[in-house]
Amino acid sequence: MKALSTQGQTGQGARRLGKKKSFMRLAYEQRQLLVLCIPFLLFVLVFNYLPVVGWTMAFQNFSPAKGIFGSDFVGMANFVEAFNDTNFLNAIRNTLSTSFLKIIFSFFSAILLAVMLNEVRIIAFKRTVQTISYLPYFVSWVVASNIVYMVLSPSDGIINILLMKMGLISEGVPFMGEPKYFYMIIALSNVWKNVGWNAIIYLSAMTGIDQELYEAAAVDGAGRIRRILAVTIPCIMPTIKIMLVLQIGHLMNAGFEHVYLLSNPSNISASRTIDVYVYTYAMKGGRLSYGTAIGIFNSTVSIALIMISNWVSKKIDGYGIF
Amino acid sequence: MAVKTSASRGLVSKLPFYRRATTEDIVLDVFIYVCLLLLCVVTIYPFLNTLAYSFNDATDSIRGGIYLLPREWTLRNYEKILVGNPLIARSIVNSAIRAIIGGALSVFATLCVSYVFSRKDFFLRKVLTPFLVFTMYFSGGIIPQFLLMRNLGLINNFLVYLLLTMLSAYNVMVMRSYMDGLPDSLVEAAKIDGASEYRILFGIVLPLSMPVVATIALFVIVGQWNSWFDTMLYCSSEPKLTTLQYELQKLLTSAQNIASADAADAAMNSGDSKAAVTPTSIRTAMTIIAVVPILFIYPFLQKYFVKGLTIGGVKG
Repeated sequence: MKALSTQGQTGQGARRLGKKKSFMRLAYEQRQLLVLCIPFLLFVLVFNYLPVVGWTMAFQNFSPAKGIFGSDFVGMANFVEAFNDTNFLNAIRNTLSTSFLKIIFSFFSAILLAVMLNEVRIIAFKRTVQTISYLPYFVSWVVASNIVYMVLSPSDGIINILLMKMGLISEGVPFMGEPKYFYMIIALSNVWKNVGWNAIIYLSAMTGIDQELYEAAAVDGAGRIRRILAVTIPCIMPTIKIMLVLQIGHLMNAGFEHVYLLSNPSNISASRTIDVYVYTYAMKGGRLSYGTAIGIFNSTVSIALIMISNWVSKKIDGYGIF
Repeated sequence: MAVKTSASRGLVSKLPFYRRATTEDIVLDVFIYVCLLLLCVVTIYPFLNTLAYSFNDATDSIRGGIYLLPREWTLRNYEKILVGNPLIARSIVNSAIRAIIGGALSVFATLCVSYVFSRKDFFLRKVLTPFLVFTMYFSGGIIPQFLLMRNLGLINNFLVYLLLTMLSAYNVMVMRSYMDGLPDSLVEAAKIDGASEYRILFGIVLPLSMPVVATIALFVIVGQWNSWFDTMLYCSSEPKLTTLQYELQKLLTSAQNIASADAADAAMNSGDSKAAVTPTSIRTAMTIIAVVPILFIYPFLQKYFVKGLTIGGVKG
């Protein structure tokens, strides 16, 4: 918040100063620039900021017929209800577990892939692998979820077929039907979809490493594995740190589309994340005030986490995300 | 985080500085190549498998055991979707329309706003930039958003597809970073010559920013084509506005909600074997239709996106 408010203040400062002297004059001089950006920013104001007015619903027993100004005020009742709602507490747990696993898996897989690609010296091979590995990033989660669903099918999904051929199981495991597999399914399918893309940032950090470091290490007798551990990894450490810190801000967000598309009645005890819960229970069930209260809780915690991660990343290398 | 691409120009990057390959080198190489090949297989196989199912006779598919090639070739699955099902045919048209119009609008909006934000002398720059950036990290929540859309009359309205995602803060930041890299003297010289801002933007800055404009264009087009949740949320009661991804999502959800998709497939065919399509066969064919346009755009996309992402990552 701090970084943001400072920026905001200097902005307002400049504006006040301008007002004293020639705010109107500046506005007139730069009217063409205003014409180019204000219409679009008005849409941002309406679509991104105006919904915040709806937050008052969370403190009301909102009914669409009475509207925001006519509904009864109920104070914090919706928030109190949320924290006594076992389904909501379950949703918090699912959200944190899912996003934590997702972060860990996507993080390590991306670094591993980047390190491997960086060791490949046949450029055509490297390019081909990259091209293929980016592909799933560009298909929709609907398509990706269909693929996950097919691959994990108990009757003819390739995973079950392979497990059966290896003799590990005797009949197909209904992966999608059991809550205990759900977190892992999300984490691994997320790796499948995004690993190639996520590796880009580390790969580009690696291209900036000074080749002399490798030469010096080689002269000192370091083998390739040793050079990876002693040169490559330390050199991309700043990137690794920043990417990890940025992920903290996503802890309260398990990814709605992905989780919602793979959730079904039999795995709901693990797939009920906060946003899935808000959509399926509060919104479809017409509990608008309650859903808004949960949404506010989620947004507030997310923003707090982002502020923390911003603060940490500034401590680490002097750059924040704001 | 400077990006050097020169090393990757040749067929094989610069020769290693050591001469003889040790056992470690060989073992490591084998390990890496095997892992990367495995990654490719794992990435590509599900698509090929889906493709095989989509071209296989639906009744025959229930037996399972289809891997890379169809067992009984048929075009009926596609025929059923494209000709026999007006709703799905409509959804494909709608997805294409929103990708083209929505994409064009989005690029135009991003271009205008990025240009203004890239002008260091713009007097509201310090206020409006955080105003936009903040939207990346914050949302009012779907319920207030939905009610707002209802009040604005955007429910069951095609405009919701175009307007809601018109301006993305991230895209503006990427494009602005690119424009920041153009020499200031260009704009100044044009101003001295008396050119209007519109003239400077469309006559000078736009032609010089084509790589980033192409990147953003491809991104927003893919985003529009892939989106389904806005259809479900805002337009689900109007079949005329349905989109391909939403229809596919409906099939996926119904497949998940019945105990066994195979049983459903079999039940659908029990009475009339001539019907010969099943939810699974329709789903696979639709998946392929949803992926193919991405495959066409992809080669163009790949040329630019690495650069775009790196710029955004460093400065955004």
